Amino acid sequence: MKIAVCVKQVVTREWQVRISDDRTWVRDADASFELNEPDAYALEESLRLREQHGGEVVVVSAGPARATQVLREALARGADRAIHVQGDHFAAADAATTAEALAAAVRDEQFDLVLTGLQSDDQGFAQVGVVLAEKLGVPHSTIIMEVQVQDGALRVKRELEGGWFQWIGMPLPAVLTIQSGINQLRYATLKGIMAAKKKEIRAVPATPPAEARQRIVAIYVPEKSKQTQLIEGTPAEAAATLVRVLRDDARVL
Amino acid sequence: MIIVIAEQQHGKLNRASWEAVAAAQAMGGEVKIVVAGADVRAVADELAAATVTEVLALQHAALGTYTPDGFVQALAACLEAEAPELVVLPHTYQTRDFAPMLASRLDRALVTDCTAVKDHEGSRAFSRPMFQGKVAADVVLGGPAPHFVTFQIGAWRADAVRKGGSPSPVRVVDAAVDPAAIRQKPEEPFREAKGAVDLSQADRIVSVGRGIKSEEHIALARQLAEALGAEIAASRPICDAGWLPMERQIGSSGQTVAPKLYLALGISGAIQHVVGMKGSKTIVAINKDAEAPIFEVADYGIVGDLFEVVPAMIAALKA
Ligand SMILES: Cc1cc2nc3c(=O)[nH]c(=O)nc-3n(C[C@H](O)[C@H](O)[C@H](O)COP(=O)(O)OP(=O)(O)OC[C@H]3O[C@@H](n4cnc5c(N)ncnc54)[C@H](O)[C@@H]3O)c2cc1C
Ligand SMILES: Nc1ncnc2c1ncn2[C@@H]1O[C@H](COP(=O)(O)O)[C@@H](O)[C@H]1O
Repeated sequence: MKIAVCVKQVVTREWQVRISDDRTWVRDADASFELNEPDAYALEESLRLREQHGGEVVVVSAGPARATQVLREALARGADRAIHVQGDHFAAADAATTAEALAAAVRDEQFDLVLTGLQSDDQGFAQVGVVLAEKLGVPHSTIIMEVQVQDGALRVKRELEGGWFQWIGMPLPAVLTIQSGINQLRYATLKGIMAAKKKEIRAVPATPPAEARQRIVAIYVPEKSKQTQLIEGTPAEAAATLVRVLRDDARVL
Repeated sequence: MIIVIAEQQHGKLNRASWEAVAAAQAMGGEVKIVVAGADVRAVADELAAATVTEVLALQHAALGTYTPDGFVQALAACLEAEAPELVVLPHTYQTRDFAPMLASRLDRALVTDCTAVKDHEGSRAFSRPMFQGKVAADVVLGGPAPHFVTFQIGAWRADAVRKGGSPSPVRVVDAAVDPAAIRQKPEEPFREAKGAVDLSQADRIVSVGRGIKSEEHIALARQLAEALGAEIAASRPICDAGWLPMERQIGSSGQTVAPKLYLALGISGAIQHVVGMKGSKTIVAINKDAEAPIFEVADYGIVGDLFEVVPAMIAALKA
């Protein structure tokens, strides 16, 4: 099975967002970056499918030069090779632009299966995987918690709201968007890190993007509408006050 | 004209559809509602309580069970015929599954998970969270109409829907669907065998998030739960990692709870978590980040390191 996994490099969760001076993007020059969380699960799933069915795992990322970091990490975890669609504009691109670039990068390779995460931790569109499927002309399913390959076709477990699930059958090739928690992640070993150094990262230039259909006109810290009663003091004082307030004011203890 | 795409399953309307109707009405102008399925006249009648131009029951036998391929075919043709300026959907799992495909097929802009509509120099701007809700962005859409927008669950009030004295007109439309072009074959929805824990009955819940850092520290949260007489629960990443069983997960893909006390330890307050606990009577958040969105729903908060605050709380409770 030939599997492509789309991985996005995103700022780490600990990063305190800093808004750029023109207030339409963020200043992330000092940030550290990581693999988007559900994408790590998608990668792990592809490695497990390769273990079962053989084949090749290719990781694909659209992003500025720094995105090679997550591609290297994916190679260290076991992917066979990587494609880097280069472009500074991908950091803030809309979903259609990113999906178009990814589609162009994978179209000619005839993948049996393309995996993405269900959502990016930075932009959070929850769109790129589904749009990619449409652009490739293949079926898709989203928020997937289990993948079975039987007789050249897929049977996948889709998460529904409130603890419900549903199995869905589908022919290959297909695109699936993977939900966090589908498997238990394995991390890169030293051996994997060494092996990754010899693996290929093919850089492809992005085709000039079509005019963006989404323009961010302002970024800001959302105003709090609720008045949280913040309890001050040293940890010991705050803890003691909180216990008293829960007992005497809120009466929940 | 604005079209709202309502969601139903086996004749049961998803409540979030009302929120989308409220959003469309609030934006002003003509509003129509479309609901798709095999036989959705009863749901359409229910939706007709809203004051709208009309409700379209978009019907075809192949739409009885939801598939993205079936719904996109039917809705694409319907939207082309109706030619709205804007299409509004609730940001449900089903919408996530088909709306990007629908917008892409029609080659139109889609903005997701929005919480508000504003005016920006004469155009509509949609506010949406970014970077895990740490910031919000106002987004203006471009390209030809219709534009597509999905609204976050809870961003609009279902009870704000304007309803008239007499029902709005309902029109049954035969959907254009080629069943042979539907590639997904869905089976019946099911629930994973339910465990013994039913957190919806708990009076007090101590809920653990990624701020707990590692599995060994779950014991600390357990001690606090014991001292409070509380059940233990968690955000999704804790259950994903296997530190607590899935059946203790709170949120859109886990349990919905409304205890007297919900104490969130190191939980950021992502919307998918908050929908599962915002009905709690008293919400307490302990988080080292004063900007964490959880403080948006908390009644009481301590901005601090849980590894300092929790042991102190246990001591205070025992005193
Ligand atoms: C379709 C979908 C469904 C989902 N369903 C669910 C669901 O049902 N339930 C759910 O919970 N999530 C769900 N999620 C995931 C959700 O979006 C968030 O990613 C998740 O809730 C974040 O968990 P968290 O708050 O524990 O982690 P983070 O967002 O990483 O937050 C950790 C918090 O801990 C704080 N912290 C760190 N160290 C300390 C310390 N020492 N002391 C105090 N505070 C500290 C940080 O400031 C931060 O605010 C879903 C997502 C999607 C896309
Ligand atoms: N720039 C990118 N490069 C590679 N994959 C991406 C990129 N952006 C998004 N994706 C994939 O699409 C998924 C959904 O992203 P989004 O639509 O931004 O929420 C992510 O989990 C990734 O798997």
